[in-house]
Formats: sequence, C-alpha cells, structure tokens
Amino acid sequence: MIQQLFFGYFAFAVVILSLLVVTRKNPVHSVLWMLLLFFHIASLYLFLNAEFMAAIQIIVYAGGILVLFLFVVLLMNLRQELMINKFIDAWPTGLTFALALFVVVIMSIKSFVAAPPGKYSIDLIQKETHIKALGTLLYTEFLYPFEIASLILLVAIIGAIVLAKRRLKS
Amino acid sequence: MVPLSWYMTLSIAVFAIGVFGFLSRKNIIIMFMSIELMLNAVNINLISLSHYLQDLRGQILAFFVIAVAASEAAIGLAIVIALFRNKATAHVDEMNEMKG
Repeated sequence: MIQQLFFGYFAFAVVILSLLVVTRKNPVHSVLWMLLLFFHIASLYLFLNAEFMAAIQIIVYAGGILVLFLFVVLLMNLRQELMINKFIDAWPTGLTFALALFVVVIMSIKSFVAAPPGKYSIDLIQKETHIKALGTLLYTEFLYPFEIASLILLVAIIGAIVLAKRRLKS
Repeated sequence: MVPLSWYMTLSIAVFAIGVFGFLSRKNIIIMFMSIELMLNAVNINLISLSHYLQDLRGQILAFFVIAVAASEAAIGLAIVIALFRNKATAHVDEMNEMKG
C-alpha cells in the first residue's frame, strides 16, 4: 500500500512537472521545473533498485545538461520572448498527434507479455552490490558499445567546438 | 508491489508530453528540452523493465541513452548558438530560409 502511495505521488509529480516544462512561457522557468523533474525521476530509479542510475541521472542531467541549457537560455532575448505567443499556430495538430500516440500505446500495454526473468535477482544484486554487477556487465559483455559511446562523446566535443566557433575574418 | 504496467503508463505519458512540446512550441530550446523529456521517458521504461525482468541489460541501455543525450544536447545547443548568431532569433517559425 505504502509503495503504491509513493509511486502515485512521484508519477503524479513527474506528469505535472513535464506539463509545466512544455507549457511555461519563460524558458528559465522551464529549465528550473525540469531540474525538479529530474530529481523526481531519480527517486523513481531508487524505487527500482537502480541507485547508480539515480546518481548519474542527477549528476549528468541535473548537473551537466541543465546547466548547458541555462547557459544558452541566457543568450536569448527574454524580453521579446515574453511578449509573443509561445505555441506555433498549428499547435492543435501536435496535441492531437501526442494524444493519439498516448492512446495507441496505452492500448498496446495490455498485450505485453514479460519474458522469463534473468539471473540478476534483487538478492544477487544486493550480495554483489549494484555498481559492481553493472560494471562487470559493462566492461565485459558491453565493452565494444562502451568504446563506441566514448567515441560519440569525443565527436560531440569536437562538433560543438567547430559549430559554435566564431568564423575568422579572412 | 507496484505493477510494471504503471511504470509503462507513466513512461508513455511523459513521452506523449514530450512529443506535444516538440511539435507545438516555438522556442527551439524548449524543443530540445522536450527531446530530453522523451529520452527520460524511455529511460524510465528501460529501467523498470530491467527491474521487473531481473536483467541488468536495460540499465546498460539506459546508460548509453544518457551518454547520447549528453552529446545530443551539446551538439544541439551549439547549432542553436550558430543559428542565433546568424539570425538573432530562437523561434523555429522564423527560420524559413531553406523554404523546406
């Protein structure tokens, strides 16, 4: 019962906060609501026994990506932003599409059949600790994708510098 | 015990809100934030499935999703800065030079 109650609070908060993120006129408010949203999502991960994912959710998203967003928001002309309409003219199309997607996937959830459970039960993860179990899997079975992920991050660093660099006057 | 379908419903709700925000907002930065919202919805789904199926591969996949989200945010915001330098606007309906 208490678990359902906790999940209910966090699910309600996550949905309300996501709605606030996409509907606020001031982008700074959107970014700050998103910060709160990421903390709630991290708490949901803690419910799911994924404490390492909760930690990197806060460190990478709240600490890294949102600060990046905040920096770029500061470059914009907020005074002009607050005067004009925040949605494009065709916003009912977007709403219809999102609602249709929601209904279709909700209908399909009923037909989901779970696979037989794997070997990483809660007892095993508690015995081995979560980070060790995750790290062992990441550095053995998923070593190649891990290297590709590091390459993607390198490309992102170089690409961001090249794109944002001021062109030299020749 | 919270059933798995509750987590899936929450995930698709957040994903649909992200789709709505991406399709209807004027500001390109809010559109990028909607993409982050959608990636987070996918992460909730992956981690809940990983917990209920007792398999850590879902969490590994969520780990890679976070890495891709970080690089996507960096590249996307660099594009926004480059656009802002040329056009001095962050509204997608004013960027119509390509007549696409």
